[in-house]
Amino acid sequence: MSISRRKFLGWVGAAGLSTTIGKSASAATNKHFAGYPDSFAILHDTTLCVGCRSCEAACNKVNDLPPPDRPFTDLSVLETRRRTTTKAFTVVNKYDNPKKSGHPVFYKKQCNHCLEPACASACFVRAFKKTKTGAVVYDPSVCVGCRYCMIACPFEIPTYEYDQALTPRIRKCTMCHPRVIEGQLPGCVEACPMEALSFGKREDMIKIARERFRKYPDRYVNHIYGENEMGGTSWLYVSGAPFKALGMREDLGIKPAPELTAGALSSVPIIVGLWPVLLAGIYAVSKRKEKFAQTDQEEAVASALDKDRSEQSQPEEES
Amino acid sequence: MAHVTTGERKSIFSLFNFIALIVLGVGIYLTYLRFAGGLGAVTNLSDYNPWGIWISFDLLCGVALAAGGYVTSSAVYLFGMKKYHSAVRPAILTGFLGYALVFLAINYDVGRPWRLPYPLVVQQGTTSVLFEVGLCVATYLTVLFIEFSPAAMEWLGLKRARNLVVKLTILLTIFGVVLSTMHQSSLGALFLIVPSKLHPLWYSSYIPIYFFVTSIVAGLSMVIFESTLSHRFFAHKMDETHLKEANGVTLGFGKAASYVLAGYFAIKVLGISSGNLWHYLKTGYGTWYLVELLGFVALPSLLYAIGVRVKSLTLIKWTSVLAVLGVILNRFNVCLIAFNWHLPASERYFPHWMEIGISVFIVMIGLILYRFIVTRMPILYEHSDYKDAH
Amino acid sequence: MDPIFYTLQDFMTYTEGVTYLLVIATLAGMTVFWWFLTGKDKD
Ligand code: SF4
Ligand code: SF4
Ligand code: SF4
Repeated sequence: MSISRRKFLGWVGAAGLSTTIGKSASAATNKHFAGYPDSFAILHDTTLCVGCRSCEAACNKVNDLPPPDRPFTDLSVLETRRRTTTKAFTVVNKYDNPKKSGHPVFYKKQCNHCLEPACASACFVRAFKKTKTGAVVYDPSVCVGCRYCMIACPFEIPTYEYDQALTPRIRKCTMCHPRVIEGQLPGCVEACPMEALSFGKREDMIKIARERFRKYPDRYVNHIYGENEMGGTSWLYVSGAPFKALGMREDLGIKPAPELTAGALSSVPIIVGLWPVLLAGIYAVSKRKEKFAQTDQEEAVASALDKDRSEQSQPEEES
Repeated sequence: MAHVTTGERKSIFSLFNFIALIVLGVGIYLTYLRFAGGLGAVTNLSDYNPWGIWISFDLLCGVALAAGGYVTSSAVYLFGMKKYHSAVRPAILTGFLGYALVFLAINYDVGRPWRLPYPLVVQQGTTSVLFEVGLCVATYLTVLFIEFSPAAMEWLGLKRARNLVVKLTILLTIFGVVLSTMHQSSLGALFLIVPSKLHPLWYSSYIPIYFFVTSIVAGLSMVIFESTLSHRFFAHKMDETHLKEANGVTLGFGKAASYVLAGYFAIKVLGISSGNLWHYLKTGYGTWYLVELLGFVALPSLLYAIGVRVKSLTLIKWTSVLAVLGVILNRFNVCLIAFNWHLPASERYFPHWMEIGISVFIVMIGLILYRFIVTRMPILYEHSDYKDAH
Repeated sequence: MDPIFYTLQDFMTYTEGVTYLLVIATLAGMTVFWWFLTGKDKD
């Protein structure tokens, strides 16, 4: 009895029933979901970033990652465009500033911890979860290794341990979830010497960004990247150069990822409900037709036989 | 139809056996490399390109090309087209083998295949389209197995069980169509989540419908194509009904495929219009899109139609090859060629020869199983004990 | 005691989960009902 109940709960999603029982009833409607209240975010002010790679070094340390190919003090790696890898959850890239040549801009790339993560929407074992701290965390103990999350992520963040034969995992930034729940700052934020990274409540981070726009209107492009992109993210960026110049995509739209597939998923019950009716109807019609055809044929055969018999009998009568 | 004589057949088969042996040998070695060294040892997959030909060919094309099963069985059992009855068993067999091989291929592709049941029994990612695909493919594979089983049971002489299963034919056929509608379209729906990565000409909110409609084309064309091949190599296994009905199947299925392709062409054009994508047609990708649309959709539709009008079986048979290639091209375009189109060429994917090797290996297993089964079980002929039992 | 959801993702996980259960029940139900409906038919 208890087992089957637990199974049922498993089916309907632990997220839904077991953790949040109680509270208001009106929440379970198809309205706007604002995300966890008071969740955290990190604001990256690219105008303050000097590309020192201290954040990369700190990230490597707090996550126990293997030593880098080139030491973190070697700044020549900034010249090439790098992406996240299984060995580096965050990378800093250097870009030419189209507004001020000779003053390059730096952009630190890592998982953006989307409010409605595409990776979580795509995962068929729910290995990803948006937590109430804001971090999107991954559970390798259930991951099958299908890599659909990597396909789905619009920021091309998750990486995969292709060289592992038996225990390949998806690797990505955790927003230092284990540190944050213990009251510590994320490694990169703590390490940044320029205060280019700020950590706090997401609402506060947005306020700080707006405040900076107001104070230094000439220094910034008037847009907080991540406030609404893909439904919003827990990493926010402000910049002096257009975001496109920093290799960030401006064409992602504001639709959260789960909405992209919601329509297709909702056609499932329609097919299951209506297809059998339709197909059974077609079957019934074709069967009826066949039956009529059969009776027609039988009648035709019968009348032919009749005719035959009468024709045969006539000459007999004559003779 | 050029029938192969016994002597010729022997030499063809020994050549086939020779090639099969080489492919199997290489395949087993590559399998060892794959599972001993991980995906990185045999594939060119990368963090930008997590899906290669094992998904685009083995999964997407495999499932589409195995659609003959549900298409043929629904035509015969539900739509009452009894004159195609002899085409059902071969189509069900190839469908079953097709899905079984898709499942085999998936075991190579995913990182930890022993966890494949997890989405079902451990934690259900119900928001994932892949969850639905997995659920449907697993169920449908079971349905196909049951649909196929009477042939095996007749061969083994299990009369009782066989008759029981045959009673379920209609139910199984309806289940097959429901499940196929869902997962054929969902394979397209997998890409709904990547509007920023898939080229706008291929990304469309209609993509699930496109995938479903092309699966019908693939199913019909594969039935024609396979029957051409099996006439060449297994004509001696066919009974009179099969031989007599075969031309009718080719004509009828060619006609159906022509019209379905015409409808597909129409909704593709409407899709361009509703997305207002006309200006993309002038780009390089646009040209490629037109090649697909005109050369592999419009052209086969027209050729099928001509073939049906002038009753040219040869033309229809060659057109079926073109149509099948068209579906394969479409899946490659969506999954590989137009996917990640925004990335520089250096970050794009091209399959490693060992990936192709595994794919060939898996297809070869299919061919061997097909030959094993049709030479033993009543697939291309009716078992003498069960004539007109349907 | 309706659960409360903060993200669309959690909401959909829950509703789709329930939907899948109902879908399976529907498939079975439609089958059984068809037998009930046509059970007395001749042939
Ligand atoms: S950035 Fe990508 S990996 Fe990170 S939460 Fe968003 S979708 Fe997931
Ligand atoms: S690779 Fe793992 S985490 Fe990513 S979608 Fe597949 S099962 Fe989920
Ligand atoms: S530590 Fe701070 S200043 Fe240095 S690269 Fe990272 S974000 Fe920029």
